Amino acid sequence: MDFRDSPEEAAFRDRLRDWLAERAGTFPTSGDEYWARQGEWHRALHAAGFFGLSWPERYGGHELPPVYDVILDEELARAGTPPRPSLGYLVQGLGRHGGEELCRRFLPGMIDGTERWCQGFSEPGAGSDLASLTTTATRDGDAYVVQGHKIWTSYSDVADWCLLLARTDPDVPRHKGISAFVVSMHQPGIEQRPLKMMSGVTKEFGQVLFDGARVPADQMVGAPGEGWALAMTVVGHEREPATLGFSARYGKLVRQLAARTKGSAPPPELAWAAVEAEMLRLHVRRRLSEQLDGVSHGPEGSLDKLLMTWAEQAVGHAALAVGGTEDPELLNAYLYSRAQSVMGGTSQIQKNIIASRILGLGD
Amino acid sequence: MDVRLTAEQRQLRDAAARLASDLGPGSVLDLDDRHRIARLEKAVEATGWRNLRSDGASGVEVALVVEEFGRGLVDVPFLGPVLADDLRRQVGSTVPAATIAVGSSARDAHGMRHALTLDGDRVLSTEVGPRAPGADLTRHNAALRDASEPIGTLPPELAERWRVLALVATCADLVGTARGAHTLARDHAKIREQYGRTIGSYQAVAHLLAEGLALIEGSVSVLRHAAWAVDELTPAEALRAARIAKLYCARAARTVCETAVQVHGGIGNTWECLAHVHLRRALVSTELFPVRLEEIDCGLS
Ligand SMILES: Cc1cc2nc3c(=O)[nH]c(=O)nc-3n(C[C@H](O)[C@H](O)[C@H](O)COP(=O)(O)OP(=O)(O)OC[C@H]3O[C@@H](n4cnc5c(N)ncnc54)[C@H](O)[C@@H]3O)c2cc1C
Repeated sequence: MDFRDSPEEAAFRDRLRDWLAERAGTFPTSGDEYWARQGEWHRALHAAGFFGLSWPERYGGHELPPVYDVILDEELARAGTPPRPSLGYLVQGLGRHGGEELCRRFLPGMIDGTERWCQGFSEPGAGSDLASLTTTATRDGDAYVVQGHKIWTSYSDVADWCLLLARTDPDVPRHKGISAFVVSMHQPGIEQRPLKMMSGVTKEFGQVLFDGARVPADQMVGAPGEGWALAMTVVGHEREPATLGFSARYGKLVRQLAARTKGSAPPPELAWAAVEAEMLRLHVRRRLSEQLDGVSHGPEGSLDKLLMTWAEQAVGHAALAVGGTEDPELLNAYLYSRAQSVMGGTSQIQKNIIASRILGLGD
Repeated sequence: MDVRLTAEQRQLRDAAARLASDLGPGSVLDLDDRHRIARLEKAVEATGWRNLRSDGASGVEVALVVEEFGRGLVDVPFLGPVLADDLRRQVGSTVPAATIAVGSSARDAHGMRHALTLDGDRVLSTEVGPRAPGADLTRHNAALRDASEPIGTLPPELAERWRVLALVATCADLVGTARGAHTLARDHAKIREQYGRTIGSYQAVAHLLAEGLALIEGSVSVLRHAAWAVDELTPAEALRAARIAKLYCARAARTVCETAVQVHGGIGNTWECLAHVHLRRALVSTELFPVRLEEIDCGLS
């Protein structure tokens, strides 16, 4: 066991630090301005060789061990730049379930940031109970025609492609009739309706209405009926702080808050947030190291998601304790932290999963 | 000992509740409805409740109305004016349309022309300037114009009592807005279905709401005592009661409002859901005359 960098890791960290030193302060890190320039940031990171670190080289990645993502996240936070774009869960979903041809066609653009993606899973009537989704994709010649209503779709307004779940077979048990597709967002038959978050941010997520949108049959990901398995892969990864790169971000906010309280005793909420953020940092290191053994990801992701949620919400409370409601950026950090216990599966659902699938309690 | 409300107090509470339910915002969209706000303003003005203290009302009665207005997210000034009225009556001033100021801004200032502050034992009046930013969507802040004018002084004991009343009023608002958020969430839990059942039928959701109700009941108890203490205990004792109430009600209200967001799921995190309007109001009432845990006398000193 060694928590320190290996010589290769240290060299990588140094290179990254030098590159970041030149870019500090040039990209907005919050609010609508951040979302508006997030794609640009993604492409800059990739062009410099610092994105897609653990993904296959043939798709534009670097095939490095997953711990390099931790180094990246830590250094981004330290330099005060925007965080790593979080799309690892989409890469995993497509990579694990799509055929070689689909991967070759879509993963490079996803990873290098030239094509932007959104995840069309949730619907107004199907949130926690995702398998009850009613959007349909009906075969019509060599294409499918999509009909339905998606909601809470993050970055839908700037997306080129949507990883969509739709029902292709209404006559089989509900988990078995769902298929996944790569749908172009640039076509008639798709209407976007922005949603405003409670913080006032409008670029985070939207509603997407599909009314006769078409998707070529060869853009189905995996086999018909494999949509549910893909969804589980995606949400499983969406629950990992390591995939999301959030951990370092919390540490950064804690340090910023501490700097603001210099001279007076830090509020207890801030001290607690520091403890939570450090727990998560170490937890991510342990989880990522375990991946070196090829540990597969099952219900444990729900534990990670809960730990991440508690850390983010502790930091949110610290932001409130330090800045109150009068500092808009800190107020937004607090308000945004409330979404963490909902997105990617609510905390209640994570606890249900832990109780039934890990602890063997109930069904 | 009998800490129940009197029949008159219950009547006052019910009347305030009715007014808030009838004319308060029923949705986020309603916050922009100027006709509704004008009707609400007229109705509140007609009750004369902004002058409750001048009319001899106790701290308990002030708290009852503030609480119901918080529950219904009443978005015309009340807390500010009712506190300003108490200052005004004590120095025998007649400045019209007055609210209060804290720090460099007037609070609860929509349509108000003057803002009063208690600086030590001196009461100052300042003209209200243009609207200023603030997190609360139901009560506006406003800038203050430069010169403030002294309008009188209070004996130290009365100054202290006013500070207690101010704390208690914010506690009442916290309890009210928490109750409103809780009802909103309870109603959603009764109708939203996932996995073929209402979400309220899942213990995870039901227990969150059950805890919320317990927090509200605890809040009401500390609030009632603090509200009674305003006029009945020594200023030092009343201040202690108000600080306890403030800390308890603030923490309870935040938790209850966060629960309301959580129970709504994705919708709860949007601008369109009233949950954050309650949450914002609670956060602002927490910061208005804040109390820190360190200020609580645990009986050891
Ligand atoms: C910021 C943000 C970004 C998002 N991004 C995306 C995205 O890009 N793509 C996408 O597809 N979706 C996205 N989502 C949607 C998210 O996955 C859903 O909001 C979430 O799964 C909850 O669904 P819901 O909103 O319908 O709430 P509901 O399922 O209606 O839940 C309401 C409440 O009931 C509880 N509940 C429900 N069922 C149970 C049960 N069986 N037991 C106990 N409690 C239960 C929940 O925990 C919650 O408290 C995003 C959400 C947010 C907030």
